[in-house]
Amino acid sequence: MITAVRKPMEEIIECISPFKRILLIGCNECVTVCAAGGRKEVAVLSSALQIAFMKKGKTLEVKEITLERQCDPEYVEALVPDIDRADAVLSMACGCGVQEAARRFKSKPVFPAVNTQFMGASERPGVWAERCQGCGDCVLGLTGGICPVARCSKRILNGPCGGSTGGKCEISPDVDCAWQLIWDRLKELGLEAQYEDILCAKDWRTSRDGGPRRIIREDLE
Amino acid sequence: MKTESVLEKILNAGHLAVTSECGPPRGSVPEKVREKAEMLRGYVDAINVTDNQTAMVRMSSLAACILIRQMGLDPILQMVTRDRNRLAMQSDILGAYAHGIDTMLCLSGDHPHFGDHPMAANVYDLDSIQLIQTVRDMRDNGTFQGGDKILNPPQMFIGAAANPFADPFELRVARLAKKAKAGVDFLQTQCIYNLEKFEKWMEGVCDRGLDEQVSILAGITPMKSAGMARYMKSKVPGMDVPDDLVKRMAGVAKDKQAEEGINIAIEAIERLKAVKGVRGFHIMAIEWEQRVPEIVERAGLYPRPQV
Repeated sequence: MITAVRKPMEEIIECISPFKRILLIGCNECVTVCAAGGRKEVAVLSSALQIAFMKKGKTLEVKEITLERQCDPEYVEALVPDIDRADAVLSMACGCGVQEAARRFKSKPVFPAVNTQFMGASERPGVWAERCQGCGDCVLGLTGGICPVARCSKRILNGPCGGSTGGKCEISPDVDCAWQLIWDRLKELGLEAQYEDILCAKDWRTSRDGGPRRIIREDLE
Repeated sequence: MKTESVLEKILNAGHLAVTSECGPPRGSVPEKVREKAEMLRGYVDAINVTDNQTAMVRMSSLAACILIRQMGLDPILQMVTRDRNRLAMQSDILGAYAHGIDTMLCLSGDHPHFGDHPMAANVYDLDSIQLIQTVRDMRDNGTFQGGDKILNPPQMFIGAAANPFADPFELRVARLAKKAKAGVDFLQTQCIYNLEKFEKWMEGVCDRGLDEQVSILAGITPMKSAGMARYMKSKVPGMDVPDDLVKRMAGVAKDKQAEEGINIAIEAIERLKAVKGVRGFHIMAIEWEQRVPEIVERAGLYPRPQV
């Protein structure tokens, strides 16, 4: 999923301070699962903002709507009946959802209420960790199902570097060394010999370095 | 012979090679580079010039290498893949060779987290093994990484680093094998304090015949004090300093500890000379370059052979 965390309250208040009526929108997908921008978080933020405005002797009218999927134009259409009553839109979706709202409602300022983080998985309740960088040319089949691009701090394809200590990365004892994990998994699979195959320089064009990416599926167009 | 590198000539003639290093200054101060390099003149075959070591901004390795080359000495251009992409690295290699620099060391480098710009973008377009492949292809095929032909391809003698003390230990010989396969010519190791563990690693290296493919220079760093020994033991990633060595340093009076550190380094060199596959020494006296001549002399590595 795409993970996110809410921005600091002061930053959100600063963005919307010129406005009296806002449309606060959540998303029922990834940000709901990572407890950053679903229906519940929308309600909590709405109350907090109204209290903050009241303390300053101002009022804030908040309309709360949590969309099924904010990155999908079809669902964003559901905001049409309420958009005219709002001076601005505050979105708790990931960056994709925020941009879809901005694209659809050209005359309204749209602000993000969360910082989008990474594509990750849940490790345990309350903990999410990065798993994929969307490099566009997956190497997981060669690395025991553990991604060196996303999980090695130096994204090195032929690790481990000289800083791997006791299974941990040189940058922090809280970060696993991806190449220790890869090696352990290759051993479990009896694929030790595969370790000595050199992974050649990556073609980063399939990643962000080739410019903004699109997928075109003619069979679905 | 693949190149005109003095280091290659020394190794090819069967001599034990001696290299040392010089960290460029944190400012535009060419005198500092010259001062450090001058101390090493005649005592080492080539001088490594570090590339923003510990992820701190310093004068570029290439610029400092040129200064050293102009003094008639032989620098080793260190290049980390952390700060620059393949375009920038290859253009620097062309520039280095154009200035008569023919020996380099391919490294991944410390993560920016450790340095004075932890907020910097972390490039890693290539890793150290892919950089070795790139430099080898530039030399042997005369092509850039992108495939185009090079005009007067740089003939670099290619080095890399190895840390026999990092984890997992069982992978450390295999990683060297990958560097050998990528085309590395010589290798400088991390500072060796745990001699037994190093010897065990070398056994593994020799069992696979890797010592025939790659010239291995053992890394030696004299300790200045018991405090430094403790710091290296606990704070430097991938460093293995045995307890008895820390005790030995702490066991002598403070004003004698530097002397003891030098003695330990010389004893290590003497012992490692007998280890199969050790082809020389890389003496990294960090901000202590003035003691290198004494270490080289006392270790019986002086005078340096003329090749």
